Amino acid sequence: MESLFAFYVVMLAAFAGYEVISRVPTVLHTPLMSGSNFIHGIVVVGAMVVLGQAESTLQLVAGFLAVMMAAANAVGGYIVTERMLEMFRANVDEDEEYSQDS
Amino acid sequence: MIDLSASGLMSFINLAYFFAAVMFMFGLKAMSTPARARRGIVWAGFGMLLATIVTFFHPAIDDNFLLIVVALLLGAGTAWHFARSVQINDMPQMIALYNAMGGGAAACIAIIELTRTGLSGDLLQGLAVIGGLLGSIAFTGSMLAYLKLRGTLQRVPRYSNLQVINVGLLLIALLIALILSFSANSHPALLFIFFLFALISGILITLPVGSSDMPVIISLFNAMAGLAVGLEGVALENPAMMVAGVVVGASGWMLTSLMARAMNRPIANILFSDSAFFKQVETGADTPDSTLAHKSVWDQVSEEALSIDAHDAAADLAFAERVVVVPGYGMALSHAQQKLWELTELLERRGVKVSFAIHPVAGRMPGHMNVLLAEAGVPYEKIVDIDDINAEFSSVDVVLVVGANDIVNPAARDDADSSIYGMPILDVDKASHVIVVKRGQGTGFSGIENSLFVAVNCRLLYGDAQKMVQSLISEVREIQ
Repeated sequence: MESLFAFYVVMLAAFAGYEVISRVPTVLHTPLMSGSNFIHGIVVVGAMVVLGQAESTLQLVAGFLAVMMAAANAVGGYIVTERMLEMFRANVDEDEEYSQDS
Repeated sequence: MIDLSASGLMSFINLAYFFAAVMFMFGLKAMSTPARARRGIVWAGFGMLLATIVTFFHPAIDDNFLLIVVALLLGAGTAWHFARSVQINDMPQMIALYNAMGGGAAACIAIIELTRTGLSGDLLQGLAVIGGLLGSIAFTGSMLAYLKLRGTLQRVPRYSNLQVINVGLLLIALLIALILSFSANSHPALLFIFFLFALISGILITLPVGSSDMPVIISLFNAMAGLAVGLEGVALENPAMMVAGVVVGASGWMLTSLMARAMNRPIANILFSDSAFFKQVETGADTPDSTLAHKSVWDQVSEEALSIDAHDAAADLAFAERVVVVPGYGMALSHAQQKLWELTELLERRGVKVSFAIHPVAGRMPGHMNVLLAEAGVPYEKIVDIDDINAEFSSVDVVLVVGANDIVNPAARDDADSSIYGMPILDVDKASHVIVVKRGQGTGFSGIENSLFVAVNCRLLYGDAQKMVQSLISEVREIQ
């Protein structure tokens, strides 16, 4: 039953993800790709948990790599996205309606 | 945190995960409208921070605390340093790099899950296996995309029947996946072959992809890494990973098809066509003295193409009524956007109407040009879309193409044999005059010669984009 519950979550999340993006201006394709790249950096929490349970050498190495790469994913993804979006700010502040007609 | 029993702690952690997931959703939604985009990433950032902090108190973590902290600091520190120091121009490949990291992390989690003692052999285990497969493919695939975009990997070995080998590899990997999914024992040898094949498969998928299709393939790997994270989340029963991963998987897929549509190329074409790749290997990038290196077909073309100097080009621009600027990767490469905006302001003071036409895939990533022009301070209303401007090119006096090539190649419209045929282009050849600022006499990214350059109404201004725009500025100043 509990694993079935997970499937409901997965199904709804997939639908939400699809809907959230469906009407997005080309200007934002790259920042958005970068932003969603950052969001899957959440893998860091899973990586921390598995490293916390690792026993064999293989598991320790894999866990260490997992945490390291996941942290790089999250931090790097955030900075790259932020730097990209930084450039939109100056223009956008004076032109709030832009979002409607794009 | 008042109740320190394991179950109380766990519900506190799950509540924090829930808030993180909510922040991700709102962040992603905000990021899809220009006005709120920046707020979006900050929200998502808070969600991530919250989730990471509470995980330190996760009851399942009973050992290796120091290792976790060291790994976190090492990964975060390195990424921080690189992401801060890299030029805004090189952002596209950084996305590929960090995407590879996420996929790799998901694959590593799968390794640990599958080498545990006392495997359940149920559906959850199957999901962990599939997540491992997708994560591994996303890891090597994105890594290769990073190296290709960075230019580290210029010449790649060619194999015929690459796709056949790849499909074979994937089938074997899937077969092993089936065994691994429903077995209660771990099979180290099978596991090794499984991950090896998945990693190779990622490389084989990316190898033949032409560089102009790179954004689409990176987006696809982004979706894969997201889905891998989501599946590992299900296997670990971690709701934050579940929701965030699957949302990224679905939205990434959507984004991939949007990008593919903007280029008028079905995703299957991008994955399974070799043409762009082979052409690119043969002709190489747009290099300044490629003519000196070897005489080939397009040398004849360049002999027929007529050049213009900055003096004449400036006069043409200064006395025009309407000018359209078409930026491309060349502008990005030489950081000409600032100068270009300076030139625009100068021309506008003379009463010339100037706008910027941006092709959806100009540069190396969709939106690449928009980001750079925004950086230079070009206001939104000066930037026009391909559909709006194409109807108006016949009434434009001068088009200034700065470092763009394939996106203005009429062959995509007129020549059914061309490998870029069908890709929407900017119809700049319909304007009265076209001036192309071009670094060298090479071809564009796809490696196809450009019939625009030999058109009667087209003149080439050879030189580095920034230097040439600077000379245009000084020449226009002279005219007053």
